[in-house]
Amino acid sequence: MREVDRRTKLNRRTFLQGAATAVPAVAVATSAGLSIEDAWAEGATTLAPATMKTLVKVARDIYPHDFLVDSYYITAVKPWDGKAAKDPAVKAMIEDGVKRLDQDAQDRHKLPYAQVAWESDRVTLLQGIEQTTFFKALRSDLVVSLYNQEELWPKFGYEGSSAEHGGYIKRGFDDINWLPKV
Amino acid sequence: MAKFDLNDDGVVVIVGSGAGGGTLGNELAQKGIKVVILEAGARNEIQDFINNEWESFAQLAWKDMRTTSGSWQVAKDFPNLPAWIVKSVGGSTVHWAGASLRFDEHEFKIRSAYGDVPGANMLDWPITLAEMEPWYAKAENKMGVTRTNGIPGLPGNNNFKVMEAGARKVGYKEVHTGRMAINSQPRDGRGSCQQIGFCFQGCKSGAKWSTLYTEIPKGEATGNLEVRPNSMAIKIEHDTSGKVTGVVYADAEGKQQRQKARVVAVAGNSIESPRLLLNSASSMFPDGLANSSGQVGRNYMRHMTGSVYAVFDKSVHMYRGTTMAGIIRDEARNDPARGFFGGYEMETLSLGVPFMAAFLKPGAWGRTFTSAMEQYPQMAGMWLVGEDLPQETNRVTLDPKAKDAHGIPVASVHYDDHPNDVAMRNHAYKQGSAVYRSIGATATFPTVPYPSTHNMGTNRMSAKARDGVVNKFGQSHDIKNLFVSDGSQFTSSAACNPTLTIVSLAIRQADHIAGAMQRKEI
Repeated sequence: MREVDRRTKLNRRTFLQGAATAVPAVAVATSAGLSIEDAWAEGATTLAPATMKTLVKVARDIYPHDFLVDSYYITAVKPWDGKAAKDPAVKAMIEDGVKRLDQDAQDRHKLPYAQVAWESDRVTLLQGIEQTTFFKALRSDLVVSLYNQEELWPKFGYEGSSAEHGGYIKRGFDDINWLPKV
Repeated sequence: MAKFDLNDDGVVVIVGSGAGGGTLGNELAQKGIKVVILEAGARNEIQDFINNEWESFAQLAWKDMRTTSGSWQVAKDFPNLPAWIVKSVGGSTVHWAGASLRFDEHEFKIRSAYGDVPGANMLDWPITLAEMEPWYAKAENKMGVTRTNGIPGLPGNNNFKVMEAGARKVGYKEVHTGRMAINSQPRDGRGSCQQIGFCFQGCKSGAKWSTLYTEIPKGEATGNLEVRPNSMAIKIEHDTSGKVTGVVYADAEGKQQRQKARVVAVAGNSIESPRLLLNSASSMFPDGLANSSGQVGRNYMRHMTGSVYAVFDKSVHMYRGTTMAGIIRDEARNDPARGFFGGYEMETLSLGVPFMAAFLKPGAWGRTFTSAMEQYPQMAGMWLVGEDLPQETNRVTLDPKAKDAHGIPVASVHYDDHPNDVAMRNHAYKQGSAVYRSIGATATFPTVPYPSTHNMGTNRMSAKARDGVVNKFGQSHDIKNLFVSDGSQFTSSAACNPTLTIVSLAIRQADHIAGAMQRKEI
């Protein structure tokens, strides 16, 4: 059977995207003395960097895939900053949601959410807010903004668009070879 | 290409360009009858289709606001998306899977076959399988259905091979790659299936029959058919004698236009068609057009559905190849000993990663869910589709508050599962899982219904005017030059996919309309 190569590939598009975001991030990191890993959050215009970082943690806790590095979750939650900039109600929803989550974490663990060490403890906190508008909005957005990233599809063994490759007629549509004989 | 005047009152105006409207339009045009098709959506051609689930959804799906209520799962998971159908020239034949099955004899007469089931509004069709057989044959020939007319079946993909192996193991007998309106060899100027895998996103090779690139261009080539995209029908008008006279629609700029008509045929699928009739209420027809029975919008059927996805310890890559070329038909029979009336089909199905995330278990999160997602390449999948019973209270009404971009009340869809649907779904989940478990599946996921792709029954056929909306030709009981040409005519839903029956009825209806026009009856 033809298996799907799960390794990360940099195509021209992702390379260019990476370049476009990396330069300002590096600039911010250098000027503010931050690590490059944290610098992306400083680029947010409306939401506080700490809020953005908590969102990334929450996103990973909602859809935990250990084979995905943070950049996929960052890409998934980053648009909330733009939406918050456009709509004060969204800004309030996100800020209040994160505040509530941090408060719950403080009450239980004497730590902000993002510093609670075990995923299972953080999941318990999330279950406590599962019915809130904040959680519902975040999750329903995330199920698209995370899984709709073309760059992560190969990691799930999915090949995406196929018509331009002539479909699968010569690329393994019927190559299964392990089925029991019937 | 024809261009008809708005004041030309000799044309047949068809609302919708899908399986019903597109077919009817071409059939009438071939007979020399002038036709204007009003299509709410844009004209996206094969080269415009996108092999990307969400992008394609944005391009093709009917996303205009609708509301929902009732006990069905869809109202909870997708409250404003009761149906996944298409707003584009070609209608839902752009995204349909291609499965083209005939009803069984008993499925045309459920009242006689199943009796008076409590809670259901049982009625026999005013037509029989014997009467429909020649029209089914014409439709199969037109659409190039595999396993008919000497056309070979499609080759089985990996997803089919898994289902087939399991089906044989549990003893199912009628298992094959389906009767599909997808070319297994070049036919009718279209090539054969390239196993692309994005059947639901518009077929990029044109191997799958769609009115978009078969019926519609053929009709246009006669000079008798004009298709107007971006034309949203708002109201059907009538004169003082009660005959319909034309259709008011919003054009691409949102400006209202009035196309006069000799005959109007409504083919906007089972949510929009009753909505249009209800929104056309007047002082003469205060409950909406063709609604003296009160049945317009009632008896909404959407099929008993569900899916089973199964995980194996080795790769399947179910997304490769024709999405639905695989079927088990053994459970399609009517055998009340199983605890329900009617039957169901099991058909291969796959979703890409983006849609799998959205539909595998809507609302789910955490490791149970992500662990399932991580098994994606080792998954096989099947769709369960079976007969649901008509219920008067399952109903499309006008939402009392919500309005569309043109200020017109939107459709509100109410659906409660009948105990028969629930019993059938549970049986189907069990059997579907058994198929995969028999050949070593390590996990199976019973997946809840998606937004409805099969929508039926809201303007149903009846022998008597008091029981339904249209007669055996889809002609409204109340207004003789007003027709219904889509799945909303269905008196019952049957176990199988509805498109072949819609197309067969449209070919038959074209004959009836042409004859009645010639005889000056309409």
